[in-house]
Amino acid sequence: MAAASLAASPARPRGGLRVLPAGIFLAFALIPIVALFTGGTYLVSLGSRVMIFAIAAVALDLLVGYGALISFGHAAFIGLGAYAVGILSVYGITDALVSLPVALAVSAAYALLTGVICLRTSGVYFIMITLAFGQMAFFTASSLAPFGGDDGLTIAARNTLAGFPLLRDERAFYYVVLFCLLGTYVFCRALVGSRFGRVVRGAKENPVRMATIGFDVYRFQLATYVIAGALAGLSGFLLANATEFVSPAYMSWQRSGELIVMVLLGGLGSLDGAIIGAAAYLLTEEWLSGFTEHWKVIFGPVLVLVVLFARGGLIGLASALVRRFARG
Amino acid sequence: MSTTLLVVQILNGLQLGVLLFLVAAGLTLVFGVMDFINLAHGAQYMLGAYLAVAFYALTGGFLSALILALAAALAFGLVLEFAVFRHLYDRDHLDHVIATFGIILFLNHGVKLVWGAAPLSLPMPELFSGSVRLAEGLVYPVWRLVIIAAGLAIAALLYVLVAHTRIGMLVRAGATNAAMVSALGVNIGRLFMIVFGFGAMLAGFAGIMIAPILSVEPGMGDNILILAFVVIVIGGIGSIRGAFLAALLIGLVDTLGRSFSVDILRFVMGPSPARTVGPAIASMLIYLLMAVVLYVRPTGLFPAKGR
Repeated sequence: MAAASLAASPARPRGGLRVLPAGIFLAFALIPIVALFTGGTYLVSLGSRVMIFAIAAVALDLLVGYGALISFGHAAFIGLGAYAVGILSVYGITDALVSLPVALAVSAAYALLTGVICLRTSGVYFIMITLAFGQMAFFTASSLAPFGGDDGLTIAARNTLAGFPLLRDERAFYYVVLFCLLGTYVFCRALVGSRFGRVVRGAKENPVRMATIGFDVYRFQLATYVIAGALAGLSGFLLANATEFVSPAYMSWQRSGELIVMVLLGGLGSLDGAIIGAAAYLLTEEWLSGFTEHWKVIFGPVLVLVVLFARGGLIGLASALVRRFARG
Repeated sequence: MSTTLLVVQILNGLQLGVLLFLVAAGLTLVFGVMDFINLAHGAQYMLGAYLAVAFYALTGGFLSALILALAAALAFGLVLEFAVFRHLYDRDHLDHVIATFGIILFLNHGVKLVWGAAPLSLPMPELFSGSVRLAEGLVYPVWRLVIIAAGLAIAALLYVLVAHTRIGMLVRAGATNAAMVSALGVNIGRLFMIVFGFGAMLAGFAGIMIAPILSVEPGMGDNILILAFVVIVIGGIGSIRGAFLAALLIGLVDTLGRSFSVDILRFVMGPSPARTVGPAIASMLIYLLMAVVLYVRPTGLFPAKGR
């Protein structure tokens, strides 16, 4: 998929990748149709899962790739969005028109609250303080005895949408997730291209210079942090509906690490890379775990090799290959 | 809240504190001197425990298992440094995080493959297996006291090494400005290797010492890693003194918080909500402490870098 679209204009790697998003979304749109022939909903639910994590990964790329804000607590926002769905359903509120705004608001509010503190620090300290807030959310969820505590909370049924049980059909749910991913992608793409996005990117290169020009870097970074948090909350809303289950494990620091791995595996700072990385990570997981339950013994060294030899992730690797082809 | 219970919990807190210090010391040195984030440090702690169990099965003696496991932990650390880490020192932090995350996955599941997923245990040395009466009605396991003593001894040794030897001087200089040390003609690559190997050995030592108390299982390093990071961030990256004080602080706050949070909360709320809220607050306490410290001092309590 990537290679075919890359070959179109090999001389300009960034330009050559311009058709990549179209290819990605076309492939996602076709999966349920392919699944019609293979039968079963396995492929469809796997696709939903990939896209749900792709939403969170795109949001994280906004922070890491464009803002150089390495958040090691991103999974907390997914968990908050998921718990919003779960806790509301305990109280009999099961309509997405309520639970979705609540999920977004809760994760945005937590991002605002913690971002105010986190963004005072930078570099390694930022990584660690975001981790700390992620852990706080994790332990809070673990101690919510009325809502399952450590064991998690089973949700009776998926949310309705304005009263219609739309999300309960696997295929319909798939396309709702696809729509959300597309919306997230288009929104983030517009954001990074806007004046706002240029300030954030400028602050990544040189925060002092941006401040000297007259921008309050802190406020721009805080806004980015809140947006990324809310988008992860969207991902959490969808995840809770997909699995009909929420658990503190959604917020574990290992999950935050996995999200960073996804973004880096695909390639930082391109948004496309985050989607490809999420797909690559989850599909590799699915594929390798089919052979052996110890698939991480294989996957761990693969990650090390990616870092050592494939700088720029899969997108960077693909561009380098295309460039080599163009020359030879 | 009797005095005996308080003393026992303070001792437990100290024991956790010195254990954290053993792990955090290597982490903060590697971090401070090489500017390298080693998430796999916790996995090296786990590996130390597993190696000790394996060598105990071979030799049947705790001391021989300890020595062999330490040597193996050192060797493994050096191999990791040689094969992977030294190629990453000049990369950015994100690459460190991903590569060492990969190593965690490998080691956590590698030990599962070799030794199985079931928890293992390392028998205590006969000599230290009992309990000792410290005061009237105050009985405390000897092994925990041994851990505290060993941790304090290592802390003293580290102090002498870092403050009064040439290699320690280079380490301190490296933590302040590694490029300058290199420019002065010091073989910085060898210094890095020594620091890394030493750190790996300390983490392994911590894993071996705790193995007789905790069960040895895959992933046992993950939680201690996060705690160690909290310690070095609070203490200030690159500072051994900061790591020591922060480790004791975290050990005490975490242990005492867990033991007394419910009792303290009962003063302000009913017993039933206190039982629910207490454990949650207790497990959050150290992260709360870290957030507050970073809010007030964004580079920790004792920053080593002279900025």
